Amino acid sequence: MSDHDHHHHDHDHDHDHGHDHAHPFQDDDKVHSYYQILGQAMKELLIEKGVVTADEVRAALERRDGITPANGSKVVARAWTDPAYRERLFKDANAAVAEFGIDMPTTHLVAVENTEDVHNVVVCTLCSCYPRDLLGLPPAWYKSKAYRSRVVHEPRAVLEEFGTALPDDVEVRVHDSTADMRYLVIPRRPAGTHGMSEEQLRALVSRDTMIGVTTVQPPSAK
Amino acid sequence: MRGPHDVGGLDFGPVDPAEHELTFWEKQIDAIRAVIGAKGLVTTHENRRTIEQMGNDIYDTLNYYERWTAALQRQMVDKGILAQDEIDARVAQVRKRLADTGELELNAGSN
Repeated sequence: MSDHDHHHHDHDHDHDHGHDHAHPFQDDDKVHSYYQILGQAMKELLIEKGVVTADEVRAALERRDGITPANGSKVVARAWTDPAYRERLFKDANAAVAEFGIDMPTTHLVAVENTEDVHNVVVCTLCSCYPRDLLGLPPAWYKSKAYRSRVVHEPRAVLEEFGTALPDDVEVRVHDSTADMRYLVIPRRPAGTHGMSEEQLRALVSRDTMIGVTTVQPPSAK
Repeated sequence: MRGPHDVGGLDFGPVDPAEHELTFWEKQIDAIRAVIGAKGLVTTHENRRTIEQMGNDIYDTLNYYERWTAALQRQMVDKGILAQDEIDARVAQVRKRLADTGELELNAGSN
């Protein structure tokens, strides 16, 4: 949605600086924080000074809204069904995702593969680095201190909190992301999916399986 | 010494896996940051560094996009793009406008 959707405030809304401000907040979104006001104030000033334009901000917001984990699912399903693609993906993930029109010019993408013997899980201990172009914005728990602090030293316990129990003989590899390097987990293709189309497979691949906190469930278990 | 962001290996308790739908306000800060980044005005590294230097109290008190907002203010002032005075004046103006339109929750969040 855009900030032009606000229709219930039809009273006079002129301001002394002569700009026609759309309401910055959602209809049900009361302002609770000084920082919300600060953010709005800076947005107005940056636009008035031409540092950014309202259109650029709106386009960025819409672009973010348009990126969902479906992007990552496409990559996973292709890797499962096309051995040549899988090879390209592990050799140069940036180039491989670019085949789907996903461009990550400023970050190095690494695809890591879950196998019978190895389970990968991704974190950003210092902040919130995340393959946003493939999965959208990170979930709140990914940014939480609980996840960031613990998954690096007791990943099995953290995975169990997500309902994921791994056999003891599976090696767990935890990948700590940086501003320049992002990881995509290619989960294991579940049994019982032989003969499914790439599109049907995509639907099985959730965000959390590509972060590595859960595994892909066979369709019968859904 | 660890900065407030440097939590790897510590123990902050169980993970709360609940989904949190971003508010429009949060998305808007994210979008402004994206545009500022795309223009090369403040890189991801600079943003990270500004946030890491906030100190424990601020880091732990503010939520994620509040930290981004505080960082943006610091960066815009440091780079001479916005003056602190004009930010403060506009904050007062926005606060008044929101109070007038009933969008401000007056019992919370003043600073």
